[in-house]
Amino acid sequence: MTTARISLRGVTKAFGAKRVLRGVDLDIQPGESCVIIGGSGTGKSVMLKCIIGLVRHDGGQILIDGQPMDARRREAFLRHFGMLFQGGALFDSLTVWENVAFRFLRGAERLPRARARALAVEKLARVGLDAATADLYPAELSGGMQKRVGLARAIATDPQVIFFDEPTTGLDPIMADVINRLIREIVVEMGATAMTITHDMTSVRRIADRVAMLHDGVIQWTGPVDEIDRTDNPYVHQFVNGLPEGPIATLR
Amino acid sequence: MVILTAATGFLAAIGRAAIALCAATGALVIFAAQAVAHAFAPPLYPGELARQLIRIGYFSLPVVGLTALFTGGALALQIYAGGSRFNAEAVVPSIVAIGVVRELGPVLCGLMVAGRVGASIAAELGSMRVTEQIDALVTLSTNPMKFLVAPRVVAGTLALPLLTAVSDIIGVMGGYLVGTGRLGISPGNYIQNTINYLTTGDIVSSLVKGAVFGFIIAVVGCHQGYNSRRGAQGVAQATRNAVVAASILILAANYLLTEVFFST
Repeated sequence: MTTARISLRGVTKAFGAKRVLRGVDLDIQPGESCVIIGGSGTGKSVMLKCIIGLVRHDGGQILIDGQPMDARRREAFLRHFGMLFQGGALFDSLTVWENVAFRFLRGAERLPRARARALAVEKLARVGLDAATADLYPAELSGGMQKRVGLARAIATDPQVIFFDEPTTGLDPIMADVINRLIREIVVEMGATAMTITHDMTSVRRIADRVAMLHDGVIQWTGPVDEIDRTDNPYVHQFVNGLPEGPIATLR
Repeated sequence: MVILTAATGFLAAIGRAAIALCAATGALVIFAAQAVAHAFAPPLYPGELARQLIRIGYFSLPVVGLTALFTGGALALQIYAGGSRFNAEAVVPSIVAIGVVRELGPVLCGLMVAGRVGASIAAELGSMRVTEQIDALVTLSTNPMKFLVAPRVVAGTLALPLLTAVSDIIGVMGGYLVGTGRLGISPGNYIQNTINYLTTGDIVSSLVKGAVFGFIIAVVGCHQGYNSRRGAQGVAQATRNAVVAASILILAANYLLTEVFFST
């Protein structure tokens, strides 16, 4: 059996009296695209942020390649990591190409400016944006274009692990489908391990190899994407079909 | 019984406020220590430092210069009006010079920069926080304390002494223009009196105050912005707190530094 790329073992996190994660157990295999589903406010983003160290978890263990995550391993992990944020999180003081080539303009991976720009334009082309976009500022782009730039930045260094936080939120159905297809293509093409959080079932079906359902601070169900319509798990059944009746309270 | 309950509640409220103040002070001190540590440990970002020096220093010149010019002029008029009651009109140049260099130059420069730069730093970092740009930096293997905070703190500490020097010179020039143009003091006398009464200690104290005020403005602005929460309202609150806290700390630090220089 291969060692999971990312493992969570009984991970807990509380904000004051509110216990968001109550013991999350999850394994994500190398090269797998795992989508975490769950209602708003169920702790999906918190779980993601615990893995990359943006939020410190209270208990349990996070393992990378079977080894406990510590400061040194986190640093190494982040060197081969990319993330698409829900709102894009583009740096508004930098142009589009400077955003995409952020890692190439400073630090250990620094390249000459012209080479960094060429690489950025190449990545922009991969997400369907032409070179004319490169010199614009993020505020001059539409929401869909900002997501694409965010995606280009996430894949700029050909990362081994990519996280997608609500990749289609706020997009029209056509643009959402374009982003979903791009994510799937890129993940397959790069062979990266991907983790996506969303409550958009179209995204789930398009992106996922495997799905995990988070509710009440624990993983309620996990299985291959083609089983989400067949499972008798009441949480998944209610969520996938958007039913008001079931174990998930509709008034939160 | 009711009075006892009310008194207990009142004391508890004071206690909560005192604890909150101690916690906020502690958090600010820890943040400042981290900023200083990151400013000296590689990787350093000289490009960011240069950008912040221009933003904090160069672009603050007009507001600092105009403030100093009018304050120097007004000070000359006030000293002349007050001095004439004791036939002491001749002290205008020396008191303007000492007043501006030792006190008004650095303090007014600090307060004006706190309003202009402190607010801008808090708003910028605050909006970066709420739009997840600071989180994005972490995912790009870039420490936000090193990339965002350290260059601003170093730039603030370096730029303010220079701005204070400019403020001192323009403040004295404001007094000179009013003294020679409006009060009839001869230009030669004015300059001679200014030079005679200013000491190296006055200038050093002015520049040291400038450096301390610059450090305060940048640290408080960064701390408020970096820890901003709750969307637009949180950013607005961070901006307001940055200006208020920096202004109060500047005035408090000014008193303490004046005590130090007064006793030496």
